[in-house]
Amino acid sequence: MEILRYAFYRFGTMLLTLWVVSILVFVIINLPPGDYLSNQIAELRASGQSAGVAKAEFLRSEYALDKPLWQQYLIWVGFMPGPHGFSGLVQGNFGWSFEFDRPVAEIVGDSLWLTVLVNLAAVLFVYVVALPLGVLAAARARSWVDYTSAFVGYLGLATPNFLLALILFYYGHRWFNLPIGGLMDPAFEGEPMGWEKVKSILIHLIVPTFVIGTSGASAMMQRLRANMLDELGKPYVETAIAKGMSPSRMLAKYPLRVAFNPFVADIGNLLPAMISGSVLVSVVLGLQTIGPTLLTALKTQDMFLSGFVLMFVALLTLIGTMISDVLLVLLDPRIRYEGRDA
Amino acid sequence: MTQLPDGRFVDDAPYDPQASLLELERKDLDAPNWVLIWRKFKTHRLGLISGAFLLICYLLLPVVGFIAPYGPNQRMSEHLYSPPQSINLFHEGEFLGPFIYPMTSEADLETFQWVFEPDYNTPMKLEFFCEGKGYNIAGLIPSNTHLFCAPEGATLFLWGSDRLGRDIFSRILYGAQLSLTVGLIGISVSFVLGIFFGSVAGYFGGRIDWVINRVIEVLRSLPELPLWLALSAAVPSNWSPVAVFFIISVILGILDWPGLARSVRAKFLSLREEEYVRAAEMMGASSGRVIRKHLIPNFMSHLIASATLSIPAMILGETALSFLGLGLRAPAVSWGVMLNDAQNLASIEIYPWTAIPMLPIVVIVLAFNFFGDGLRDSLDPYQQ
Repeated sequence: MEILRYAFYRFGTMLLTLWVVSILVFVIINLPPGDYLSNQIAELRASGQSAGVAKAEFLRSEYALDKPLWQQYLIWVGFMPGPHGFSGLVQGNFGWSFEFDRPVAEIVGDSLWLTVLVNLAAVLFVYVVALPLGVLAAARARSWVDYTSAFVGYLGLATPNFLLALILFYYGHRWFNLPIGGLMDPAFEGEPMGWEKVKSILIHLIVPTFVIGTSGASAMMQRLRANMLDELGKPYVETAIAKGMSPSRMLAKYPLRVAFNPFVADIGNLLPAMISGSVLVSVVLGLQTIGPTLLTALKTQDMFLSGFVLMFVALLTLIGTMISDVLLVLLDPRIRYEGRDA
Repeated sequence: MTQLPDGRFVDDAPYDPQASLLELERKDLDAPNWVLIWRKFKTHRLGLISGAFLLICYLLLPVVGFIAPYGPNQRMSEHLYSPPQSINLFHEGEFLGPFIYPMTSEADLETFQWVFEPDYNTPMKLEFFCEGKGYNIAGLIPSNTHLFCAPEGATLFLWGSDRLGRDIFSRILYGAQLSLTVGLIGISVSFVLGIFFGSVAGYFGGRIDWVINRVIEVLRSLPELPLWLALSAAVPSNWSPVAVFFIISVILGILDWPGLARSVRAKFLSLREEEYVRAAEMMGASSGRVIRKHLIPNFMSHLIASATLSIPAMILGETALSFLGLGLRAPAVSWGVMLNDAQNLASIEIYPWTAIPMLPIVVIVLAFNFFGDGLRDSLDPYQQ
C-alpha cells in the first residue's frame, strides 16, 4: 500500500512539474519577436495580396493570437475558453501548424510512437550492454577487459553524437549492408503494421540505438563498476570465497544485488541526456521521429508545433524519471518514501 | 651513518631527547593548501599531461593567426576539396628540408569532380616567417608574418581544403578561438548563477530553499538540447556574429547551473553548522560576508573541479547547435560550423577530410575530462 501511495505522490509531483514546464515552454516559443501569422501578414501586405491577409487575420483570431500573452497561454493549455470553448493541450487539441497548414496532431501522428520506440530501444541497449560489461570490468579489474571498456567508454563520451551517427551509418552500410536513413523501408510508410514492417524497423533501429545509447551505456557501466568494486572489497565477499563458493555464483548472489539499485535509479538521470541525443541523431539520420519536426518548427517559428513537440519531449523524460523512481522504491526497501533528497 | 660490527646501521647525529616527533610532519601540516594539492596532482600522470595540453592550447589562442598559413575565410578557388598534402623531408633519397609536392588540379568530366595529382618531380621548399594574409595578434596588433606558408605558386593544405577552397588546418586553428572560449563563458555564467542560488538556498534554508530546489529539479529533469535549440532559434538572425556568439554561450550556461547549485547547496548545509561560521555570525558579520569570506573559499576548489568537468558538455553543445545551423553562423568560424560541411554521407565518403574538425573536439573533450578527474582526486590533500 505504501508503494501505491508513493506512486500517487510521485505522479502528483510529475503533473506539477509538467505544469511549470508548460509555462517555460510557452515563454520560450514566444521569445522570437512577432508570431508566424503577424510576420506573414506583414509579408503579404508588402506584396499586396489582400486575399491572403484576410485568411491570416482570420487564423489570428481563430487561434487567439490577438489576445494578451497570459490569455494565450491559458487558452493554449486549455485552462480558459478560447474562441471555440475549452480546447487546449489538456483537452487533447494540440493546435494548428501554420507552416504545414494542418492540425499539429496530424503532423506528428506516427512519429510520436516512433520517438517512444527509439528511446525505449536505447534504454534497453544501455541496460543490456552496461550490465554484463560493468560486472565483467569490476570482476576483472585492471585487466584488458577493464581497460578496453574504459577506453571505448571515454571515446563514446567525447565523440559528438551526430558524427558518430554519420560514421557508423557509413561503415554499417559498407560492411554489414545496413540500410541508410529513415526508420523503415520507404515501401512500408503508411502501411499497416505487419511482420515485414516490424522486421524492417528493427533493422533500421540498429545504428540509431547504438549511437544514442553509447554514452549513456558507458557512464552507466563506469558507475556499476565502481559500485561493484566497493562491494567486492567487503568482508562478506571474502567469507563467500573462503566457503568455496564459485566466483560467478558469489558475484550474482551478493555484490551484484547491492550494486544493482543505483543502476536502476540512474536511468532517471541519464534520460534527459539520452532524449536530447535522440533528437539530434534523428535530425542527422533523417529518422521519422519528432526531432526533425522540432527543427523545422523552430526555424520557421511555427509556435504551436514546436511548443507541442517540446512538451512531448519533456513529458517523455518526466514519465521515464517517474518510473525509475518508483522502481527504485520497489527494489530497495531502505529508501525513504518522502522526497528523494529532502 | 656508521656500520656496527654486527651489520646494523646507526645514525651518527647526537640524540636529542627534546625533539618533537611531529617535527617532520609539521612541515606538511603547515604547507598551504595549494602546495599539497599540487603535490598530489603531480602524481596523476594523465591529468597532468591533459592540463599542460589545455594550458598550451589556451595560450596559443591569441596567436593562431601566426601559426595558420592562411586566413580563416581566404579562398583558393582553384583548389576546391583538395585532399591533404604532406610535408616531406627527403626527395629521392636526398635530404632537402621540409618541402611539399605541388598539387595540380584537373576536372574529371565524367564524375564532375576535381582530381588532384601531386607533381612528384618538382619538390618545393616551405617558406618560414614569410609574409601572408594580414591578421591581428590577440585582436589588437596587426601583423602579416606567418610561421610557415606555401611556396610561391603552390598551396599548402595540411588537412585538405573545403567546399569553397579554404584551408581546413587554418580554419581549425581559428575555430578554436570560438569553440574553446564558448565553454569558458558558458561556465562563468553557470558558475555565478549556481553559486548564487546554491548558497542562498543552503544558507537561508526554509521556504527559499524549497523554491530553489523545485526549480533545480524541474530544470534537471528536462532534456537540454531541445531547449538549447528553442532558445537559440529565438536569437534574431540579423545580429552580428560576435553578439550571436555571446548569446549562445550564455544560453549554454543558463541551463547548466542546476547541477552546480545542487552541490553548492549540499556543501552549505553541512558547513553552516561549523564553529567558525557561528563565530563569524556572533561577531556580527552579515550573511553576505559569511558566505563570501568564510564559506565559499572553503569549497571553491571543489567547484572548480566540477566546473572543469562540465566544460566539455558546453563545447559539444556549441558544436551540435552550430552543426544544426542554429548556433554560430557562416562568417564566424567554429568547429561546429566547419562540421556543418560534413553533414551528409556523400561528403564523408568522397571528402573524408571535411570531418577532420571532429579530431580536435574529441581530443579537447577528453583532455578536459582527464584534467577534471585528476583535479577532483587531488583536492582533498589530507585524505589518503
